[in-house]
Amino acid sequence: MTTSFSRREFLGTGGLALAVTALPLRRLAAIPAGASAARALAPSAFVEITPDGVVSVWVTKSDMGQGVRTALPMILADELEADWSKVQVIQADAHPRYGEMGTGGSSSVASLWDPLRQAGAQAREMLIAAAAERWGVAPSECRARSSVVEHPSTGGRFSYGDLVNRAALLPVPENPKLKDPSEFRLIGTDLPGVDTKDKVTGKAQYGIDVVVPGMRYAVIARCPVFGGTMQGHDPAKALAVPGVLAVIEVPSGAAVIATGTWAAMEGRKALECRWDEGPAAQLDSHKISRQLHGRAAMAGALARNDGDALGTIAAAAKSLESTYEAPLLAHATMEPMNCVADVRPDRCEIWAPHQAPDWARNEVAGALGMTPEQVTVHTTLLGGGFGRRFLPEELIEAAQVSRLAGVPVKLVFTREDDMQRDWYRPMSVHRMAGGVNARGNVTGWLHRVVAPSISNQRWPGSVKNALDLDAVDGAADLRYDIPNLRVEYGMVTTPVPVSWWRSVYASQTCFANECFLDELAAAAGRDPLAVRQQLLAKSPRHLAVLNLAAEKAGWGTVPAGRAQGIAIHHFFSDAIVAEVAEVSIENGKVRVHTVTCAVDCGLAVNPGNVRYQIESGVIYGLSAALYGEITIEKGRVKQSNFHDYPVLRMPDVPVVEVHIVPSAESPKGVGEPGLPPIAPAVANAVARLTGTRVRKLPIVV
Amino acid sequence: MSISFTLNGRSQTVDVPPEMPLLWAIRDVIGLTGTKYGCGMAQCGACTVHLDGQAVRSCSVPLSAAAGKAVTTIEGLSADGSHPLQKAWVAEQVPQCGYCQSGQIMQAAALLATTPQPTDAEIDSAMAGNICRCGTYSRIRAAIHLAAKEA
Repeated sequence: MTTSFSRREFLGTGGLALAVTALPLRRLAAIPAGASAARALAPSAFVEITPDGVVSVWVTKSDMGQGVRTALPMILADELEADWSKVQVIQADAHPRYGEMGTGGSSSVASLWDPLRQAGAQAREMLIAAAAERWGVAPSECRARSSVVEHPSTGGRFSYGDLVNRAALLPVPENPKLKDPSEFRLIGTDLPGVDTKDKVTGKAQYGIDVVVPGMRYAVIARCPVFGGTMQGHDPAKALAVPGVLAVIEVPSGAAVIATGTWAAMEGRKALECRWDEGPAAQLDSHKISRQLHGRAAMAGALARNDGDALGTIAAAAKSLESTYEAPLLAHATMEPMNCVADVRPDRCEIWAPHQAPDWARNEVAGALGMTPEQVTVHTTLLGGGFGRRFLPEELIEAAQVSRLAGVPVKLVFTREDDMQRDWYRPMSVHRMAGGVNARGNVTGWLHRVVAPSISNQRWPGSVKNALDLDAVDGAADLRYDIPNLRVEYGMVTTPVPVSWWRSVYASQTCFANECFLDELAAAAGRDPLAVRQQLLAKSPRHLAVLNLAAEKAGWGTVPAGRAQGIAIHHFFSDAIVAEVAEVSIENGKVRVHTVTCAVDCGLAVNPGNVRYQIESGVIYGLSAALYGEITIEKGRVKQSNFHDYPVLRMPDVPVVEVHIVPSAESPKGVGEPGLPPIAPAVANAVARLTGTRVRKLPIVV
Repeated sequence: MSISFTLNGRSQTVDVPPEMPLLWAIRDVIGLTGTKYGCGMAQCGACTVHLDGQAVRSCSVPLSAAAGKAVTTIEGLSADGSHPLQKAWVAEQVPQCGYCQSGQIMQAAALLATTPQPTDAEIDSAMAGNICRCGTYSRIRAAIHLAAKEA
């Protein structure tokens, strides 16, 4: 590794007339739990109540727009009977005390529902016990409301703040009594987002906004081909750019360090690099597609095998075979990847818009040869996540740059970096076969999923028996009652970095499932809704969701020139979503007018936000369905910015209606399940309009 | 080279290359971070500010073009978040991740300045350059209508 500057020279350039402001991190600042324990009630890592009555709630999941900074404190505050106006939300730094912090799989509310209720109830019982003790009455005679403990028979009242000193000395109840759902006051209401005002005044702080004293800015030149390496670089032209301080080789390439973001970007443009492009230099997405189609012609690892699917299909009154294909996709979060790192000889401090700060902390520690205890990771707001921000790579890169530069560094990806150095939604091919009997019933089903394994790429050897269960999510657990059902997985390996993209493989399995089912329905001469109703007759939750979407959409009644398509899906998020899209074709382009959604997500903690998340999944998925495609030529990602990776804009947006099925079940995740049904719902409508099945995404007419 | 302009009503002089995009002068040099970087090529609208009252993409406006002019960012739209659009954005609970919303609001403010009662089509046309990946478009449209009604 070489550096093209002397460390002393570099460190001596700090006198440039730049106003580097250390903006306070506001409510995102780290306050260790129990810091003021002597005069505060903090029975768990999630909550602390101080004598001034302020209820601090630590949010241990990352907020990328899905609203956990509002929903999670609501759950705790409700059980605590806290006055919501006194609740202060604190973003937790990465620490094992908070348990799993990775924010993905639509799991935040579902996984923290019980722990947060428990934490709120513990604190409530301790406050009630402290008050009861002062009054000399039984706790059962007291009740808590809006941050006050009351003794109704005497009119006694103590505010929470007045009780914390005594309550903090009481034993923490192990099994506090949880509230009956009929007594929920916050849960089930549309509380506004805690960060909304900051987000409309420019005060909300994302990772890219973090400034720390003495910080420099870095942009990294990386090999344009996946897996390629730097052979060398000539820094002269980069160093001639005003504001560029140094060029440093780092494991991923060469970092241009500058006094500002723009200077770093300009410096990189001027930097001359020599690359060893490595074995992927001739990689081409058409070749990858052919590789996947080739694999799809062979049997895969068996993920599910009910009855005799192949025999049933071969002997069926009508049998069909189709192959579906979905492309590579970028995440394209609005906030490009970035990270601020300050690495000192004995410690590292990181500020990042990140979905898995606990994992990243361990990975950064490993890369720096430190212990996790030496690494602090602060999580800022995230300008979108969608799975992209789960990965530790940018944090490791920033830490490496800071260590080598000897100063705090803000690493910024340009939009081009973000699009061309993503970890993409894998390409996939789906070989489908099905059989329909003489009565028009679907009796046999084969779904062979062929795609790279995200897990096996990241953790080689982690997938056993060539069966990655993630890759058949939504396929192997198909809820349709088909007696002969076979699902296989064909694992392929490609050099393209892949990762989790909103709803992950469900975005692909649902497309194949629901489009192919429409093909079978057509072969049987039956209505697509009726076929689904029959296949879900034994699954009342699914049937209710399907019927609600169909009823609200007015299934079967469309204006001339339009058609409807329907799809339903159930995958890891455990919420069930059905969607009906009403579509026309205008000037040779698909126009989606309305999308009617029904969702069963268990109890909706914040129904307004549930509706909004389903809508968000629809819009994000529609961008992919209509436009999304990353292609590779000569080992390079062809798309670079929003001009050649188009996404939905306001004039293209359909009316999205979301209907929630009332439920008392525990909450299920809603960040992702709105997404999978939209591509097949639209594709099925398009097929009705054109008479030609859509078997490849994005949808082209 | 030193360049002077008015930012949110206060005069500013910065000593940076004149070709530096206004965005980076605002964010890195002056330290106002409400204006966001999204694409660097006027494709997404996250960096939208007002230059003498017109909505511009600050990522693609060289600082020299702002010399002697008035620049308004989200921080200067109102002192306390009381601009009708900001109030409407809160009332409609528009933001999800929120990253694009400074640019959306600045674009909408420029629209209402010339078209106080816009139709859906006028809103769609004016806002077409502003991307939101969370898909908050329908609430943005509703909030613009609300602000137009309340103003």
